[in-house]
Amino acid sequence: MISVYKHSPAWNVSWLFVFLAGFSLFFADIEVISLEPWEELKRLFMGLLAPDWSNLSEIGEAFLQTLAFAILGVAGGSVIGFLLAQIFHWRWIQVSCAFIRAIHELFWALIFLQIFGLHPLTGLLAIGLPYAATFAKVYAEILEEGDRSALQAVSLDASRISTFFYARLPDLWEHFKTYTSYRLECGLRSSAILGFVGLPTLGYTLSSAFMEGHYSVVWALLLLFYLLIATIRYWVRPALLPVYIIAAPFIVANDSTISFDNVQRFFTEDIIPAPIMRGESLSESWQWLSDLLIHQALPGIANTVVLTQIALVASGILTLVFFPLISTHFFKPAGRTIGHVLLVILRTTPEYILAYILLQLWGPSMLPAIVALALHNGAIIGHLIGRYSLEIKLRADASRGLNRYFYELLPRLYGQFLAFLFYRWEIIMRESAILGILGIATLGFYIDSSIQELHFDKAMILIFITALLNVLVDALSRYLRAKLRLKTNVDCRATNDYCTARE
Amino acid sequence: MKFKVFLSVLFSTLILFSNMSLSASPNTLVFSAIPDQDETRLKQRFGDIAKYLEKQLGVPVKYVPVKSYAAVVTAFRNNQIQLAWFGGLSGVQARLKVPGSQAIAQGVEDPKFHTYIIANHSTGLKASDEFPKGVAGKTFTFGSKGSTSGRLMPQYYIEKNMGDKVDNVFKRVGFSGNHSKTIALVQSGAYEVGAVNFKVWEKEVEEGKVDTSKVSLIWKTPAYPDYQWTIRGDVDKEFGEGFSNKVKAALIGLKDPDLLGRFPRSGFIEAKNSDFDPILETAKSIGIID
Repeated sequence: MISVYKHSPAWNVSWLFVFLAGFSLFFADIEVISLEPWEELKRLFMGLLAPDWSNLSEIGEAFLQTLAFAILGVAGGSVIGFLLAQIFHWRWIQVSCAFIRAIHELFWALIFLQIFGLHPLTGLLAIGLPYAATFAKVYAEILEEGDRSALQAVSLDASRISTFFYARLPDLWEHFKTYTSYRLECGLRSSAILGFVGLPTLGYTLSSAFMEGHYSVVWALLLLFYLLIATIRYWVRPALLPVYIIAAPFIVANDSTISFDNVQRFFTEDIIPAPIMRGESLSESWQWLSDLLIHQALPGIANTVVLTQIALVASGILTLVFFPLISTHFFKPAGRTIGHVLLVILRTTPEYILAYILLQLWGPSMLPAIVALALHNGAIIGHLIGRYSLEIKLRADASRGLNRYFYELLPRLYGQFLAFLFYRWEIIMRESAILGILGIATLGFYIDSSIQELHFDKAMILIFITALLNVLVDALSRYLRAKLRLKTNVDCRATNDYCTARE
Repeated sequence: MKFKVFLSVLFSTLILFSNMSLSASPNTLVFSAIPDQDETRLKQRFGDIAKYLEKQLGVPVKYVPVKSYAAVVTAFRNNQIQLAWFGGLSGVQARLKVPGSQAIAQGVEDPKFHTYIIANHSTGLKASDEFPKGVAGKTFTFGSKGSTSGRLMPQYYIEKNMGDKVDNVFKRVGFSGNHSKTIALVQSGAYEVGAVNFKVWEKEVEEGKVDTSKVSLIWKTPAYPDYQWTIRGDVDKEFGEGFSNKVKAALIGLKDPDLLGRFPRSGFIEAKNSDFDPILETAKSIGIID
């Protein structure tokens, strides 16, 4: 029998990814290492019953620091990003921004810690720099796609600056505002996790408390963090922002000073590969480099890719499970409320913290990382798809239950679903690399080890490789989205979905 | 209009940034210590040491908590701290990076320090004088990546006795982060075998924090030099002639058993850089120091 039926490209690509993830599973280390993982999980949830607020001054300080670093980092990043957006058509600006974005805030923090030590500039740049690069790109896209009709009414001899302020900005202001305030939420998460590498933010207190199994303190911190994010729209007000921005520098200020010698030494000694510093021959240098590549970079890349591909497909599967939870097509308001709460908690908790929690419970295999990445990303995309599903109008006699899911909704949402998933591909990879700091053998593990051994030259090469890998995945994702004709336009006015998916 | 407000705020921020580092009141001695145990208690542990030093030295003394061994070395190198309670390895690394810096004091126990190899009872491994070759194929955790007693020395002795890299000897190798955590992980069975600083082990056993029915000592490494106080060479210039000798005298003169218990040591004695040469050699042989 000759079949004339042909599967759609989206179908083929989906199965290709599922197959790749299945193949990766053979190489993944997904063992539960702890002998009594459930015992520890029970203790964790017992902590939830009695959060420990006794150390309020320390908790308060950690929160103030988290807020201050986030506000300053995002504010600084948005200004620089805004300026860069004006010249974003320059190719080299685009390339440098893509490269800066490809390096995770935590890696930036590890680098700046070597240059500025405990000075607040470390935290500000770690957030501000990658955020500026992201702002530059998204602001440029907003400018590109914005309504230009007002330009026709502008007099020819109006200066460029006043043209911009009077004919373009008023139309685009809302978009800038929406995206910037969304990034502030991301900034809070970034700021919180910077504590894991030693900044005085939430992560510092959280990881210390976790290390010692003080779960009641852990919950006090987490609950307060959820509250902070959930109420963001009440305390982030245009009128209040200047107050925050002026107060923040005083909060992050500490006694450390910056010495120019340190900055210079970092660039002229620390990151110069050791064989070059020692003036060794070419063959010795090659030996050094190939050692690094074979014993650290390659296994690191392999594990990063394996983790990314499994986590990507797992996120996709969870998305398909999660989105009906908040969709009017499936649940009554009471049920949807539970769904919303679940998804909000999962997407508010930074994946790094989620992975950290699961690692403490199950031990450092890839399993906690996969689960954490899938839960966090599945919740984000699930939320977006759930909201998209509301726009689909079903006939009154449409099928119900599973038939409705598989035959009515899924086919109509699938393109959007794939688009969002591919947007998050690069983000998942960036996170996979960073989770190595927690002990999983991805690139982050080798980068952290090099830094702990004070081999900054090796660390910089590994960070460079990590960034290249990210740029590659980003390009691949763009190629696939174009090939499958998935919707990729920026529409920050109607919703900020693009921003959320893109981060 | 809004945008103008926005811009003016930004400018004021930039101005504020420029003088943000309200630099330390001149001549504050800042010190830190490697975070080798319970990190929630670092401030309690070392805050009182700052007060003691302040009284003895007559200059303001401040303790800053730091999250990793490498960060203490970096802060020392950047002159953000001038004095540090280092481990053997971090001290050697720091003195290599800051020429002129001196090891000035060490714990009474430090010239003859040990690492204990501990095992979960499910492994059936028993204490012995011979290296327990039965650890092969088990899961194993070090302490911090930059630790002497938690990583460098145990790695050296395991590789020497087993004749192979640790990654090949064990089924899985992890880094717990600090010594208290290593004990907790081996006790819970998350790892079957671990390497721990003998002073931390003895202190926690004494305080009843260890369930010795679940985890016990199976082997003790030969003695090696470990922790020491190291001070930067330029402090005499900054704080006045003879300052590093004053710090040394203050540390060696520390007799309060409560304060000494924070380290935990029975007292401090003199130290010099060459005391730690064996650590440097070991670190080179493992490839941690080029």
